[in-house]
Amino acid sequence: MPINKSKKYWKKNLKYLTILLSVWFLASFVFGILLVDELNAIRFGGFKLGFWFAQQGSIYVFVILIFIYIKLMNSLDKEFGYNK
Amino acid sequence: MSIQIWTWILVGITFALYIGIAIWSRAGSTKEFYVAGGGVSPLANGLATAADWMSAASFISMAGLISFNGYDGSVYLMGWTGGYVLLALLLAPYLRKFGKFTVPDFIGDRYYSNVARSVAVFCALLVSFTYVAGQMRGVGLVFSRFLEVDINTGVIIGMIIVLFYAVLGGMKGITYTQVAQYCVLIFAFMVPAIFISIQMTGNPIPQLGFGGVDENGVYLLDKLDKLHKELGFAEYTSGSKSTLDVFFITAALMVGTAGLPHVIVRFFTVKKVADARKSAGWALLFIAILYTTAPAIAVFSRTNLIETVNQKEYAKLPEWFSNWEKTGLIEFNDKNKDGKVQYLANANKNELIVDKDIMVLANPEIAQLPNWVIALVAAGGLAAALSTAAGLLLVISSSVSHDLIKKMINPKISEKGELVAARLSAVVAVCVAGYFGINPPDFVAATVALAFGLAAASFFPAIVLGIFSKRMNKEGAIAGMVIGILLMLFYMLKFKFDWFGGGTKEDWWFGISPEGFGTVAMFVNFIASVIISRFTPKPPTEVQEIVELIRIPSGAGEAHNH
Repeated sequence: MPINKSKKYWKKNLKYLTILLSVWFLASFVFGILLVDELNAIRFGGFKLGFWFAQQGSIYVFVILIFIYIKLMNSLDKEFGYNK
Repeated sequence: MSIQIWTWILVGITFALYIGIAIWSRAGSTKEFYVAGGGVSPLANGLATAADWMSAASFISMAGLISFNGYDGSVYLMGWTGGYVLLALLLAPYLRKFGKFTVPDFIGDRYYSNVARSVAVFCALLVSFTYVAGQMRGVGLVFSRFLEVDINTGVIIGMIIVLFYAVLGGMKGITYTQVAQYCVLIFAFMVPAIFISIQMTGNPIPQLGFGGVDENGVYLLDKLDKLHKELGFAEYTSGSKSTLDVFFITAALMVGTAGLPHVIVRFFTVKKVADARKSAGWALLFIAILYTTAPAIAVFSRTNLIETVNQKEYAKLPEWFSNWEKTGLIEFNDKNKDGKVQYLANANKNELIVDKDIMVLANPEIAQLPNWVIALVAAGGLAAALSTAAGLLLVISSSVSHDLIKKMINPKISEKGELVAARLSAVVAVCVAGYFGINPPDFVAATVALAFGLAAASFFPAIVLGIFSKRMNKEGAIAGMVIGILLMLFYMLKFKFDWFGGGTKEDWWFGISPEGFGTVAMFVNFIASVIISRFTPKPPTEVQEIVELIRIPSGAGEAHNH
């Protein structure tokens, strides 16, 4: 049934979103802001780790997240036949 | 060759390129004018989105802002990139599936109400006009320093160029010029960064270089922290804003980014939903190249500046110092009359005032790079300012010709008539923007933050709820947008413009700055929308069906509206 199918698709989409947005929140708000002082005690080459997440790491994570999302959704579209 | 000749050559070549592209990609229909015919490839759209997004502020001011604020500057880095994750996951694919021309189009149709559409048009115009004034000012600034023409003449030259390709080509012309402008601006940003990174750390990759060591084997960031301590500044890598405020400002910038109409509208230009996702990925990748380099430039230029001028004799300073003194962006006042420059955190003893904008513009001169590199920065700054200005002008003109005239005032207007109206409103918009560029109202700087706050407080919740909640109705959405905007305006006017009794830092609610308040106003909007929608009638069945359709990337509702 098409209704069931679109509901299933949407549920899976929401699951992906929840996971990806949790990582988004973790990399920026948690590592770059809330826990920045704690992470700054750890060195990462010439960087303090919290500072690195705030000015570098979070941005790399954002880019990777979107490309993972593209990949997940493309295969989900295929699975449900929504890719034509 | 002198810097000035190089600048004329490089600016001349790039401008000729933009005009050539404009002639080649004239728009023949409203669909071409508004959304480039809907056939832009994801890669080209990613490039265009990146240029559209990165304004004079990103190119000229951001590295300087970070340079002076250290860790606190992270809010811009995370805020102006993290928004793309929200855009890609929560907005772009669904809005593309919906398949209209503008953001007010979506709000008006999804909430089956011209009141909602009007509120959206009002927000879109307010956000875009505040933004575009700053871009024109950036054009004038670059012209006045590098080509030694009057700042107003610079604004007018910029206006003519934008007029040419925005009016002629509409979205189609803008898209392909923006692709060229991205290439110019990223090249202009990276070349000096790579040069300086090699000079200071021996590493050609700036992103790694600023975590590297100087010639004495000391980590650059440790050296800068130490210099800051000696001069009495807050430690570079720690910053001085409260954690709560950093959190709220970052969130407001992210959500505001995702709600900006000139960014959202770029995703209407691709063929299908999968392409909308893909172009969001490309866009962020291209933006990230500049945004991960900016903090490196910030560290290099900060260290360079302190080491070049502090405790040095004024008479023996290099030539760039007096060049920039003339523009008023550097000021030196020998308070203790010892003939040397003392750069200190203590305002009573500090003798040097440096404007943040010159950290990028003067950086190549400070690092003694070849003249053509310095000229390249001018061409890049112009590319950044012009591409953003064009994108904003298109939003303004389509809001007027499509949302106001076609959808509300005269629905019977012919395709040709609408196209003429679109072009005319673009002309008017350029003139208004130019006027603000020449006579900048002193609220420009303050209102850029307002633009993000407003977008966060109004559009973002209305669009997200419109997609993710079938139950959301017009009553909820309109009330949410109005309450969100008014609350945001109230807070900004109170604490930025001294209205409603004004107030100082101590009076901020929960210690949240006006820049971060967009986050609060956004949550209030969400809560108000949800509560009010529960006590008012459900949206009509056909609207609920639209929501079902936009959630699925293909099928019967394949995007079209002609």
